[in-house]
Amino acid sequence: MNEELLRVSGLKKYFEMRKGIFSSPIYVRAVDNVSFSLGKGEAISLVGESGSGKTTLGKTLLRLYKPTEGQIMVKGKDITYVNTKELMWYRRVTSIIEQDPYGALPSFFTIYRILEEPLLIHKFGNSNERQKRICEVLEKVRLTPIEDFAQKYPHMLSGGQLQRVAIARALTLNPELVIADEPVSMLDASVRIEILTLLKELQETLGISFIYITHDLTTTKYFSERLFIMYAGKIVESGKMFEVIHNPQHPYTEALLKAIPDPDAENRKILRDIPPGEPPNLVNPPMGCRFHPRCPYKMDVCEKEEPLSFELEPEHISLCWLHNNRK
Amino acid sequence: MKTLAENILECKNLVLHYSTRKGVVKAVNDVTFSLQKSESLALVGESGCGKSSLAKAIIRLLPRNIEKYSGQIFVNGQDTMTLSEKEFREEIRWKKISMVFQGAMNSLNPVLKVGYQVAEPLLIHEKMKKHKALEKAKEALSIVGIHESFVERYPFELSGGMKQRVVIAMALVTNPSILILDEPTSALDVITQANIMNLLKRLKKEMGLSYFFITHDIALSSELADKIAVMYAGEIQEIASADIFYKKAAHPYSQKLMASVPTLRIDKKPEFIVGSPPSLINPPSGCKFHPRCTLAFDKCTKESPPLSDLGSEHLVKCWLFEEHKEAERI
Repeated sequence: MNEELLRVSGLKKYFEMRKGIFSSPIYVRAVDNVSFSLGKGEAISLVGESGSGKTTLGKTLLRLYKPTEGQIMVKGKDITYVNTKELMWYRRVTSIIEQDPYGALPSFFTIYRILEEPLLIHKFGNSNERQKRICEVLEKVRLTPIEDFAQKYPHMLSGGQLQRVAIARALTLNPELVIADEPVSMLDASVRIEILTLLKELQETLGISFIYITHDLTTTKYFSERLFIMYAGKIVESGKMFEVIHNPQHPYTEALLKAIPDPDAENRKILRDIPPGEPPNLVNPPMGCRFHPRCPYKMDVCEKEEPLSFELEPEHISLCWLHNNRK
Repeated sequence: MKTLAENILECKNLVLHYSTRKGVVKAVNDVTFSLQKSESLALVGESGCGKSSLAKAIIRLLPRNIEKYSGQIFVNGQDTMTLSEKEFREEIRWKKISMVFQGAMNSLNPVLKVGYQVAEPLLIHEKMKKHKALEKAKEALSIVGIHESFVERYPFELSGGMKQRVVIAMALVTNPSILILDEPTSALDVITQANIMNLLKRLKKEMGLSYFFITHDIALSSELADKIAVMYAGEIQEIASADIFYKKAAHPYSQKLMASVPTLRIDKKPEFIVGSPPSLINPPSGCKFHPRCTLAFDKCTKESPPLSDLGSEHLVKCWLFEEHKEAERI
C-alpha cells in the first residue's frame, strides 16, 4: 500500500435515546468497534444493508458526528475529539457526495453560486481566482459548455447532471479524501455507470482517496480495490475486491453474493437459497455474533461470544467462529 | 400467431397521451403485445420511457389530463376498452388485474391495522362481511409468508420486507389472474429483494399467476420474466423470450442496456449509454433512438422503423432488420 492517509481504530458511535425525561438512556449502536486503514489515492467500498451503520460510519469519519470511542488518525494527526475550529483544515481535505442530488443542492442558488460557497467559507483567493477554480472543476466533471451550466438553477438539470454538480462541489477545495454515500442509487441504471466511471477517473487522475458507500455490490467491483462488508454496525469481512467476491468467507457475505442475480434466463427457474429475516435492531443487537439468528451455519458458541477477527489471507479478514475450527 | 383465447392479456395499438401546459406528452405509442396464462413479461427501460404509463393504461388508472387513450386491451379475450368505468371497476380492476404500485409499502395507512388494509379490496369490490373479509386477509397474509397474528398489527411494527409482502397480499386477496408489479423491490435491500423474488416465483408456480413486471434492472428482470419487452420513448423496441433476449438481444438499444449492467461473476466492464432519453413532448423524428445509436444511418433519422419478425416471436423495431419480414399486426 502507498502512504497511509487514514487510520481508524476501535471506532464506536452510539446514539443516545431516552423514552422519557427520567428514564435511563438506551443506546443505538450504529458503529461498533470498526478498525481499518486507507492509503493515499486508494478507493475502497463499504457495503451493507440499510441500517447496517455504513452511513453513520462515513459521517463519523468526516467528524460530522462525534465518535463515542476509538481513534481517527488523518495523516498522522489525531482528529477524534478536536473542536470545530481546529477541524477547518480537515474540512478542506475531506468532502462528501450525498445520495440525493435533488436534495443536496440548494434550489435558490445558481450552479456557480453553489460551487463558490465552499471557496467563500474557506476564504479561497479573490473573485477571479474563484471563477477560475469553478471553471476547472466544472470541466473536470464534464459539465460543458461551462457558460451554459454556471448560471442555471438545479431544477433545470437532470439527475445525472445534478450529481455531477455535487461531485464538482466536492472537488472545489482539492480534497484528499472523498466519501461518496450511495452516489448513484437515485439515478437510472445507465447513468449510474456514467457517474461511477467519472468518479473512478477522478480518483486515478487526481489521486483522491475514495470511500464508496453502497448497498449494491455489483457496482463496487470496477470502482474500488478493497471491499468492506458491514453488518449491524460491524465490519464482518474485508479484503481485496476480487478475493472477497470470488472467495467469500463470512456467511453474511456469502448470502449477500447469492442474493444478487447476474442477467441470465435460467434465473427464473431457480429459487435462491438465502437466509430469511432482516438485519437486527441496533438498540438490542443479538448476543454473540450479530448474524447468528439468520446464519445457516450457526454453532453454540455464536450465540454466546462475539467472534474474533481471523486473518485468513494477508488483508483478508473475517469475523466468524467458523474459521476457529478450520485453523 | 396465437388466438385470442389463449392470451390472458393482450394489447393492440395502445396509445396514451397526456396534455400538459408544455405540450402533449406521448407516453405510450402504438404498443402491441400479448401475455399468456402463467407467463411473465418484464418491461424494461430507463426512467421516463413510459413504463408506468403503460401499466396504468392497462389497469385504467389514469389522471384527468388525458389527451388520447385508444387501442384495444383484451383481458381473457374480453375487450375492456368498450367497458364503462363502472363496468371496468366491477369486472376487471382488482378482480382480474391487480397492481403492486411503486413504493406502495410506504403508502400503507399508518393508523389502520394491517389486516383491515388487506381486507379492504374485499369490502369494497366484493361487498363482503367484515369478519369474513378478515378471514380471507389472514389467508392472503399466510400465503405471502406472514403469520396470521399480524392482522392486528400496525404498519410501523413491520419491517420493509414485511410491508412489501403485505402490499402483495393486498393485490392477491381478490384472486386476480394478472398481477402488475411496478418496481416491486426498488426500495429493498438485496437479501430482502431476493426473498421477495423467491416469493413471487413460488406464487407464480402455485397459483398460476401472470406477471407484468416493470423494472429498470435487467439483471433483476431475469429472475421473473419469461418474456422481455424493451421500451424506449413510449414504444416497444424489442420483444423476445428471455432465453433469446439474454443470449442475443438484437436492437442496438437492448444491446447497450445489456452492456450497461454491472455483473458480479461475469468479468466485463459495464459501459454507459451516451446521451439521455428524449423528451416525450418532442420526440426525435424517425427511429426515436437514432440520436444515441452508434449504428444509425440516413433512413433512421427520417422514417420510423416497422416491427421486424426474426422468428420464434422475436420482434425488433429497427431498420437494421429490414430484410426480415414485417411482423404480422396481431
